[in-house]
Amino acid sequence: MNLTRRMFGAATLACGIASLAQPAAARAQEVPVIAAASDLRFAVQEIAAAFAMETGHELRLAFGSTGNFARQIREGAPFEMFMAADESFVLDLARDGFLRDEGALYAQGRVAIAVPNQGSPLTADGTLQDLRRALGAGQVSRFAIANPQHAPYGMRAMEVLQHAGMWAAIEPSLVLGENVSQAAQFALSGSADGGIIAWSLAQSPQLRPLGEFALIPAEWHQPLVQRMALVRNAGPVAEAFYRYMQMPVALEVMARHGFAVPG
Amino acid sequence: MDWQALWLSLSLAAWTVAILLPVSILFGRLLATRTFRGKGVLEGLVMLPLVLPPTVFGFYLLVTLGRNSPIGAAWQGLFGHQLVFSFEGLVVASVIFNLPFAIQPAQRAFEAIPTSLREAAAASGLRPLSALLRIELPLAWPGVMTAMVLTFAHTLGEFGIVLMVGGAIPGETKTIAIAIYDRVQAFNMRSAATMSSVLVAISLFTIAATFALSARMGRKLDR
Repeated sequence: MNLTRRMFGAATLACGIASLAQPAAARAQEVPVIAAASDLRFAVQEIAAAFAMETGHELRLAFGSTGNFARQIREGAPFEMFMAADESFVLDLARDGFLRDEGALYAQGRVAIAVPNQGSPLTADGTLQDLRRALGAGQVSRFAIANPQHAPYGMRAMEVLQHAGMWAAIEPSLVLGENVSQAAQFALSGSADGGIIAWSLAQSPQLRPLGEFALIPAEWHQPLVQRMALVRNAGPVAEAFYRYMQMPVALEVMARHGFAVPG
Repeated sequence: MDWQALWLSLSLAAWTVAILLPVSILFGRLLATRTFRGKGVLEGLVMLPLVLPPTVFGFYLLVTLGRNSPIGAAWQGLFGHQLVFSFEGLVVASVIFNLPFAIQPAQRAFEAIPTSLREAAAASGLRPLSALLRIELPLAWPGVMTAMVLTFAHTLGEFGIVLMVGGAIPGETKTIAIAIYDRVQAFNMRSAATMSSVLVAISLFTIAATFALSARMGRKLDR
């Protein structure tokens, strides 16, 4: 009898916890979610903080691979704004009616070679001559890039390696990050000999102390034209942030993080 | 430390437990006491999430709950938002994925109750519901509690499915496991370490609780 009562106590407690834990959905509705390519992680966090200071409006930022976000927007993910690392994803979504319009260009990205501080046979050389030498000497065991199947920085890294004629040689050593910040994490963790990552991440205070970085010539790959657009259901806060992103104060932050900015 | 993500994970786990508690008791007892055609198939289906890769499961959930599916469309019509990439979608995924953890231990506990005891209860004129509440549940509750504790812990740790159907939206689908993944990518190792240690503590506590409950169940049946 006593045990029965105790069991019901436990059940009631469980239900009580559940009813207290109202789905976060209800309270989160007013704060828009912005889907941003992971090369923007540090720059856009800074801009969003400034935006919140100025307007009092908070944003929720989700960082990931551009290709994944594009797929999720097609499947109805509740993002209100999409900041892609490659404009083709935005243009495709706009053509299929998922976005308000084709949006606006906000930056151009660059790629860089990253070499961790310790234990790597490589030196950071933007012409990739040193990588070629190390590959030839069989010294490269693991080299990180983002997944070229859906991450724009992965596609550009692949183009760079193809341009340098090293793709076939380096392919067996590649480790693929789900997006470019995971690739950067792999490249600098010390478990890989290096990698090709976003210059904007290399510029961040979090990464700079971890390794050496060198820009790779922009002519070696298709430009990383970054485009953003509002999703069809965007609310006023997302609209305001969209305008804010195009203002000099935001562009200045983008430039400081190593992006080429329009205008 | 991402308190919002921890809170979200705890809510998700609480909802999953609340929904699965009656399922655990009813299905656990059904599978323990009845024999019927297709029982083996049903038991197999219940166990399937245990061996299925979360990505496979997540893929099918995306297909069956997505915007273009009948369920997804009905949900959108009723509530005005998508089921996938929402907290409710995670609850659905989590309930299905935890079925083996919720049902198996309860089933074992009900199986351990001797048939003679059930017959005696029926012979004394106890109605089935009273027999369940007064005789069987008091004996089986350590098993049911084990099931709920396991479900709770397993929900906190779930990663693959949440990644597939969640979209990592802060305050909505970004659970503690996803937050740890995100922090590592942001080179915030200190925060990732804090959150990981919280999860380790919760998991250790859970395992200790499960062992304590099983020991208790063993003692009870010896008596």
